[in-house]
Amino acid sequence: MTASLHIALLGNPNCGKTALFNLLTGSRQKVANYPGVTVERKAGLFTTASGKRVRVLDLPGAYSLNPVSVDEAVTRDIVAGLRAGEQAPDLIVCVTDATNLKLNLRLVIEAKRLGLPVVIALNMTDVARRRGIRVDSARLEQELDVPVVETVAVHRDGARALLERLDMFALPRESNLVPWSAPNVDDVLAVQREVRRIFAAAVQEPPAEMRVDDAIDRVVLHPFWGLAVLAATLFLMFQAVFSWAQVPMDGIKAGTDSLRDTVRAGLPPGMLQSLLVDGVIAGAGSVLVFLPQILLLFLFILALEDSGYLPRAAFLLDRTMRTVGLSGRSFIPLLSSHACAIPGVMATRTISNWRDRLVTIMIAPLMACSARLPVYALIIGAFVPNRAVWGVFNLQGLVLFVLYVSGVVAAMCVAWAFKYLGRKAPRQPLLMELPSYRWPNLRSLVLGLIERARIFVERVGTIILALMVLLWFISSFPAAPAGASGPAIQYSLAGIAGRWLEVAFAPIGFNWQISIALIPGLAAREVAVGALGTVYALSATGEAAAQLGPTIAQSWSLATAFSLLAWYVFAPQCLATLATVRRETNSWRYPLFMAAYLFVLAYLASFATYHATLFWMGG
Amino acid sequence: MLVETLKARFIRYARSAKSLPVPEPEPIAASSASSFSLCELELGVTATVASICSPEPEQDRDLVLRLIELGFVPGERLRVIAHGQPGNDPIAVRLGGTAFALRRLEAGCIRVTRVPVISS
Repeated sequence: MTASLHIALLGNPNCGKTALFNLLTGSRQKVANYPGVTVERKAGLFTTASGKRVRVLDLPGAYSLNPVSVDEAVTRDIVAGLRAGEQAPDLIVCVTDATNLKLNLRLVIEAKRLGLPVVIALNMTDVARRRGIRVDSARLEQELDVPVVETVAVHRDGARALLERLDMFALPRESNLVPWSAPNVDDVLAVQREVRRIFAAAVQEPPAEMRVDDAIDRVVLHPFWGLAVLAATLFLMFQAVFSWAQVPMDGIKAGTDSLRDTVRAGLPPGMLQSLLVDGVIAGAGSVLVFLPQILLLFLFILALEDSGYLPRAAFLLDRTMRTVGLSGRSFIPLLSSHACAIPGVMATRTISNWRDRLVTIMIAPLMACSARLPVYALIIGAFVPNRAVWGVFNLQGLVLFVLYVSGVVAAMCVAWAFKYLGRKAPRQPLLMELPSYRWPNLRSLVLGLIERARIFVERVGTIILALMVLLWFISSFPAAPAGASGPAIQYSLAGIAGRWLEVAFAPIGFNWQISIALIPGLAAREVAVGALGTVYALSATGEAAAQLGPTIAQSWSLATAFSLLAWYVFAPQCLATLATVRRETNSWRYPLFMAAYLFVLAYLASFATYHATLFWMGG
Repeated sequence: MLVETLKARFIRYARSAKSLPVPEPEPIAASSASSFSLCELELGVTATVASICSPEPEQDRDLVLRLIELGFVPGERLRVIAHGQPGNDPIAVRLGGTAFALRRLEAGCIRVTRVPVISS
């Protein structure tokens, strides 16, 4: 069904555009987006009360139509009709934060000058009222000569006024789109004077509204206490991933175990039983078990994003990151890369300087992403005893923290190397908003987590499952010759290939089972765990295959385990990340270079780790 | 219960506070003799933006435009809320209902004047 009205949501970063978009479209989103910053436009469809079909675009936040970064340029190009193959919207909905109108109104005036119909959605009116800010919308409407509707994007019914307005909206007979032109200083000052005049006429605010923010910022931005808070927050995050997720993980494990036993009991031994038990359940099940940990990690990242804390952390780290040639702005993309490098790489669009952006993209994969978590968790669970350290910390959580920190340290070294080798960059501005604090919205947190869970389960159900079945196939055929003594997998395609690969990987301590598991791990890293599950399930000579964790604990040396951990700190990228880098940099040069340098680093790090551990254990 | 009490107290507080006079916008060049760089403003002291200038006009044109767009307009009140370390760089500045982090490079483009202390 085609839409009869095309609207675009335009607004400053942080004014609640995405929340409003989610409220308008519900779960009927056409394009799935990665959570976090909206860096590419998102489209959705919805129907108003009178049955009008509306297509809505959620645009990246912009302070101005005169762009200083790639994401702002996307926004400008769409609303000004400059994007090839895409018409300008019929109506611009200017989303404004009612608590911060002095900043927000300027973009409204700029949008009005484009000549398209404009409606102002006065968002966060509930927060404004609570803070004692009184906005006279009738006066605002009169001063700007644009309809004003109040919205509360975080309430279920918060967009009613906007929907009614859209219902009444009639398309103008002809488009009056005015070509966009870059402003000069006098223009901008004139607009700001106009904004201040309208603001003084229509808004009354008490002067003391920022007391709470000031009090928090006194601690959070403090050179010493601020860093302490940041370290504690990150540390808590990694502890939580290990200790809080245990109960639901045990539940999922018990579920897949009982499913496996049921299938094994219910089906006659043979090909089908082996495919289901060793391929599907051992493979996909061993990945699915990490869902609780991944959701916990996302819960922290989403909550931190929502609260307004992240730019503060970026502020604290700006000076330090400058010594390796980056800016505080790189912090947010790098932190989201802990969830997944793909949204991280896309979020680098907010970095205005191309060189900074490229270096940030290059080191983003060194941030341990959530797909690496299953690999870390499996090995740590099998080799590191689960005991308390100094009464409060969990040793497994500590090791995980160390792995994450090594990724960060490696990233800083690589960035420094790029700075050292590259041309000297001119001084870069930072110019970053530190938005007012707010409580993370429960609704959008839950929506974000459901979205992540859906993406993860879909991955397990599609690409991971398909790879597992493929892997089971090449691990089972050709079958063992009659009278063979070892397990059948040794004679299969995978077994043969594994022995070839083992030659290359033996110096870093990998056996042929690991070598095989590395290959599907390129498609999606958590598959490496599933692949180990399948390979070991098929290698078992005894009766029932034991659980993967205890199996590897028996068959790998500590040096091999540490070496594999080191490998995965650097592990060459999954193909999806490389494809994203190719798209964002518009060249194959950078993704190829990235894969090559990460592969070399991974091999060297594993080699060093393996031999250091051997030496230490032997001596 | 607690939330209601806090809310009532906050509203009472907000109403009791007198509203500040709306600053009159001034032309960009109106930098008085007593103005100085934002880099030199002490922590926690409120000042008024006097002018936005740029050491190398062509190169920093977009930067100056963006500073004005974000609200660093002559007449606006601002206050430094934090200094990054080492070297007091970057600077966090409270401006109206929000705050911005600026490196010394950007802060150097903003000249401010002190607000006379009014005893109440």
